[in-house]
Amino acid sequence: MQASQAAGHAGHHDDASHGHGPTGLMRWVTTTNHKDIGTMYLWFSFVMFLVGGAMSLIIRAELLSPGLQYVSPEFYNQMLTLHALIMVFGAIMPAFVGFANWMIPLMIGAPDMAFARMNNWSFWLLPPAAILLTASLFVPGGAAGTGWTLYPPLSIQMGMGMDMAIFAVHILGMSSIMGSINIITTILNMRTPGMTLMKMPLFCWTWLVTAFLLIASMPILAGAVTMLLTDRHFGTSFFNAAGGGDPVLFQHIFWFFGHPEVYIIALPAFGVVSHVIPAFSRKHLFGYTSMVYAIAAIGLISFFVWAHHMYVTGIPLTGQLYFMYATMLIAIPTGVKVFNWVTTMWRGSLSFETPMLFALGFLVLFTIGGLTGLVLAMTAVDIQLQDTYYVVAHFHYVMVAGALFSAYAGLYFWLPKWTGHMYSEGLGKLHFWLSMIFFNIAFFPQHFLGLAGMPRRIPDYAQQFADFNMISSIGSFGFGFSQLLVLVVVFKAIKGGVKAEARPWDGARGLEWTVPSPAPHHTFEDPPAFDPAEAHG
Amino acid sequence: MSHPASANRYFVPQPSHWPLVGSLALLLLASGAVMTMNSVASGGFLLMGGFAVLAVMLFGWFGRVIGESESGSYNPQVDRSFRWAMAWFIFSEVMFFAAFFGALFYVRVLSVPDIASADQAALWEGFKGQWPTAGPAAKDLFTPMHAWGIPAINTLLLLSSGVTVTWAHWGLVANKRQQLITGLAMTIVLGVVFISLQAYEYAEAYSHLNLKMTTGVYGSTFFMLTGFHGFHVTLGATMLIVILLRTLKGHFTAERHFAFEAVAWYWHFVDVVWLGLFVVVYWL
Repeated sequence: MQASQAAGHAGHHDDASHGHGPTGLMRWVTTTNHKDIGTMYLWFSFVMFLVGGAMSLIIRAELLSPGLQYVSPEFYNQMLTLHALIMVFGAIMPAFVGFANWMIPLMIGAPDMAFARMNNWSFWLLPPAAILLTASLFVPGGAAGTGWTLYPPLSIQMGMGMDMAIFAVHILGMSSIMGSINIITTILNMRTPGMTLMKMPLFCWTWLVTAFLLIASMPILAGAVTMLLTDRHFGTSFFNAAGGGDPVLFQHIFWFFGHPEVYIIALPAFGVVSHVIPAFSRKHLFGYTSMVYAIAAIGLISFFVWAHHMYVTGIPLTGQLYFMYATMLIAIPTGVKVFNWVTTMWRGSLSFETPMLFALGFLVLFTIGGLTGLVLAMTAVDIQLQDTYYVVAHFHYVMVAGALFSAYAGLYFWLPKWTGHMYSEGLGKLHFWLSMIFFNIAFFPQHFLGLAGMPRRIPDYAQQFADFNMISSIGSFGFGFSQLLVLVVVFKAIKGGVKAEARPWDGARGLEWTVPSPAPHHTFEDPPAFDPAEAHG
Repeated sequence: MSHPASANRYFVPQPSHWPLVGSLALLLLASGAVMTMNSVASGGFLLMGGFAVLAVMLFGWFGRVIGESESGSYNPQVDRSFRWAMAWFIFSEVMFFAAFFGALFYVRVLSVPDIASADQAALWEGFKGQWPTAGPAAKDLFTPMHAWGIPAINTLLLLSSGVTVTWAHWGLVANKRQQLITGLAMTIVLGVVFISLQAYEYAEAYSHLNLKMTTGVYGSTFFMLTGFHGFHVTLGATMLIVILLRTLKGHFTAERHFAFEAVAWYWHFVDVVWLGLFVVVYWL
């Protein structure tokens, strides 16, 4: 029935409200189509991923051997700051928003996002922010060199590149808030009749909670950088002890945003993996209900653990204890999720296509990143490890092997739906294994460097750290250049290849697999009948 | 396969160039602001250009939405979407103010007493840490803003405006258009008087009380909190004016008037924020 309805769409283009508008470039600029906007988000995030990746290679080239080789310390600081800001706000977040745009309306049987025009603005706010961030490299004084946390007093003293970063953050925040309002409204108001919240695909659940986190935390970041701006230019004293303020105040406000931000990135990644693992295990997701409660619990607790980033700022012992225990509490719902994924595979009919490989890579490496997070949550340990490479290793296991691997799992999983062609399985597997191996070569030695006491955010280091740094740099170059394979895979799938069926994965469930591949420009203009066999719950 | 009437379908708008115009406006505004703040020539022109483009975008985009609404494109499901969206937007605004309230609580409860504590005595000798304070390094004296003058009157004005806007809503749902128009006009007048008094208070602070944004954390929190609130009242009053003009043009029915309700919600939101400000910024 779904197929016949979808096939019938071709005859509906005379419908006045859905006529095709401008063509060429203007089609993309003015579009109100969630698939077009999702595609733009994904391409934008990939371009930013390459830009941020190039910056990380500059960092790793400098760290290949001790001494100052290629860049000045100031430029090094700018590279690591922009690398982080671009990867977090320009690459990973837009990638998952791209998935949300493409897939949520298809998953819940909606004709589009609730606010299709505002959706386009959410996307088109990203390029101005990217322009501000990258152009800041070329203004007097260069870009912000404070690290992505923008801590005062250093950020108060920076040049105008800092102001550009501040306004970029404002614009990115607007984009995120509008995108989130759109996603929440779409999920709450536009599910097809019969799809109750507890039958909704898990990816939608993770985005529902993520959108809540964004709406609650992005305005806090906006407030924090606004205070930075007025301290810099209008003589306020929020972060200046001489006026009664406190630089540590910024850290509190920043991390009240910053910790939920970690889950803003991680939760949609959990959502993707929760689709891929059941599909390639040919089973229902184990413990759907507990997954939903775990997502909600992680989202909620993430607002009450922020000061675990601040153990060395002199917060009181009772505060340290509270934040230590609260942080460890997050391990419980996260553990629920990891065990549920593993149990989903238990006695499943497993096959290991590229999406599944990336999901499994995610599962193993994200768990390592989560466990090093628990190590860092312990105050007594963290005081030794604060600002060392152990922290760098930890969050790259979470952000790269966690979020990025999950995004790749989603990319390979849904690419047939987007392009109408199967990707090259051989190239996909090559991409996975190169990524998996080089990622670990790049980041695993950083644990040892951190434990041995190498501080982060420095362009030079003591001789004793030379060997592990060289290994790490070689791994990072291997990892970086392996990512270019994605371009080859995607272009090949766009140009041609084996025709993809509507449901190219026999174990996959959900409404998105009931429309043809590639998905027609307009889908579900009338709400589809909801077949309980497609339910995730 | 049969299709229900197109009117029951969820409204998906035509392609639109307004998002791009809006992004251009923000790029101009951000670049202009950066240049102005760093004394780069011609920053002011970019800033003004940004405001102009933003104004064009707001007129064009909202005009389009009003046109779609009046032509009956929005079915009840679309109406529900708007309600969810406005509620979440107001929540994001609440969180924005929360950052500044949090900063105020932090300096009053933690940083100022800490600077005045025995640990810091060597650094800031003789600093008592009594609120309100311009900080240990302040040399000039200033007079803090008293709660029971203009701020108390302003509280009364905003609370009354909450009543008048509700009275206007009652008029709307009872099809009493004159009550609706009178109520809206009264609300706008109260809002404008509030903003004028606030401006007068600022002028007093700068000219007579020596209370400025540069007056340490007290000045910082005072002007940032009341300033952002005043900006939101200005925004709310502008939206109320638009609603009044639409009412005069005959828009809104007793059953369908989401835009009115959205602005009323927003107005109540700035009202509630003011109550918080009155208690913790002016009074306590």
